[in-house]
Amino acid sequence: MNMMDAGQMDKQSLIELRGVTKVYGAGHAATHALRGIDLHIGEGDFVAVMGPSGSGKSTCLNILGCLDTPTAGTYTFKGVDVGRLDRNQRARLRRHYLGFIFQGYNLLSRTSATENVELPLVYRRVPAKTRRAYARRALEAVGLQGWEKHSPSELSGGEQQRVAIARAIVTGPTVLMADEPTGNLDMARSHEIMQLLVELNRQQGITIVMVTHEPDMAAYARRIVHFVDGLVESDKQNGSLT
Amino acid sequence: MLWDTILLALREIRRNVMRSFLTILGIVIGVASVITMVTLGGGATVQVTQQIASLGSNLLMVTPGKRMGPGQAPTAAPFRMKDAEAIARDIPSVEAVAPASTQSVMAILGSENWSTRVTGTDNQYMKVRNWSLKAGRPFSDSELRAGAAACILGDTVRQKLYGGLDPIGSRIRLGKLSFQVIGLLEAKGQSSMGTDQDDLVLLPLRTFQRRISGNQYVSLIQVSVRDGASTEKAQREIERLMRERRHVSPNADDDFSVMDMKEITRMLTGTTTVLTGLLGAVAAVSLLVGGIGIMNIMLVSVTERTREIGTRLAIGALEREVLMQFLVEAVVLSSSGGLFGILLGLAASVGLKDLLKVPFVFNPGIVILAFLFSAAVGIVFGYFPALKAARLDPIEALRHE
Repeated sequence: MNMMDAGQMDKQSLIELRGVTKVYGAGHAATHALRGIDLHIGEGDFVAVMGPSGSGKSTCLNILGCLDTPTAGTYTFKGVDVGRLDRNQRARLRRHYLGFIFQGYNLLSRTSATENVELPLVYRRVPAKTRRAYARRALEAVGLQGWEKHSPSELSGGEQQRVAIARAIVTGPTVLMADEPTGNLDMARSHEIMQLLVELNRQQGITIVMVTHEPDMAAYARRIVHFVDGLVESDKQNGSLT
Repeated sequence: MLWDTILLALREIRRNVMRSFLTILGIVIGVASVITMVTLGGGATVQVTQQIASLGSNLLMVTPGKRMGPGQAPTAAPFRMKDAEAIARDIPSVEAVAPASTQSVMAILGSENWSTRVTGTDNQYMKVRNWSLKAGRPFSDSELRAGAAACILGDTVRQKLYGGLDPIGSRIRLGKLSFQVIGLLEAKGQSSMGTDQDDLVLLPLRTFQRRISGNQYVSLIQVSVRDGASTEKAQREIERLMRERRHVSPNADDDFSVMDMKEITRMLTGTTTVLTGLLGAVAAVSLLVGGIGIMNIMLVSVTERTREIGTRLAIGALEREVLMQFLVEAVVLSSSGGLFGILLGLAASVGLKDLLKVPFVFNPGIVILAFLFSAAVGIVFGYFPALKAARLDPIEALRHE
């Protein structure tokens, strides 16, 4: 697969958006969600994407997460033009390089934490024994040792989000896509989750792209990108970071 | 991977035990009825075949009219006594020829009466049908020639009218006429078709023609072929002789039929087969309905689990992997319905075998077929819901409430 060769590319070009637009609908009913975005994200970066609702930040994350494709412009991931990939190729790309964290956790109900974390490994055809070991290690990394057998309904919101993070990192992804990961959590839980993400970014070098509307949470990132009306309004290194 | 998918499907099914059970109920009933019908039908066929085989393989039945299928009646000119005589005279491999005509008649003795079958024939009838006399004597030549009012009773008739008394020498009324009982047949019991073989009275054919039917017709000629002689050859010879005697033009079909035991078996089991087929078709309809039930529940399940599907697609499940997941779930559902149905059907067959007096004949072919068919129902009716799941847009699916 040519995605593999692309791993040799230099750090600057892990993610490159060039003149990306996204239009929903056609004619008079057309909605311009993105009006021409240029964005470069290097390996190991931690980018917070902010903006009012309707500014296109979620659309942008969907495109970065290879769930959606740009109407115009190019998205290059590790040197591969994602716009040219079909649905299944994008699924394989997600499977091998991306991890997802959602606002609503999206864990499988009535399924143990371990089995939830194992899910991406099942699609990677990892044998059951190895899966279990990897899942345990990932749950340990998010501070959930001892909770392996619990199902989501037996866990608090913060714990559920930790399981979701364990599921996202169990495959050792290159990039973590986080869509409002603290949106459903109280302040204390939110800060814990953010500290966990910072830890993953710093210690494991996982690139993180996080959409949020809370400045407190964005403050944990190395870089903050502001969206307004489908355009990048500002793109700054995070000054508050020490 | 497939094993993981099957485990996943089983877990999904366990989550909704009641719903899953109701979903597969249609399949269970469908398969159970197919298994029961075919098993009991097969038992009846085996029973009929065995019974006919016990009559001997050297028996030929000559009847007027074209080859009869189930439910067909002869329409051609009947035989006469001379036809039977001609067969006995002209076909060398024939051992015994018994012409016979039968009619239902009321048998009356004192205040007792009993409706029975009266057969006009001669002593050869007992030979070809393996009847033997328990008491009394066969018809004498003069009785046969003169059409005397003499009769031989079957055991059921004796039981019904005489109870424990000895019938030999007594007089009995058949229809409007009085007959002297000269003999009593050995009891044979019930036939495979459920008829009482002992419920009959034999008369000399001539007596029957004059006093009972009022015509010269013979409705059936039974021929037994000599041991060692070819039944097929005798059959062909009788056919040739009958075509000649009945003036059938060379290119016309026979207006009579000469059947050997194989054909008679086929004719009798044909009825069972048609009936089994019909009931099988009804059962197939219930399988179809069961399949629609599965499709319905799978569609509900796909809608309920939209977010789960979205999550799976987001973390890298391929379309065909999601398709497989739901297809396997449908197949596991339907084939477990098949499995339960097979067990239920076999249990019902064992339970009904005594009631219907049919032997239990296990048919592995139909069991395997029913199982495969139920699995196929899952594939056919699970495909559309599975495709719907696989084609979901992950973004939309993740947003689904």
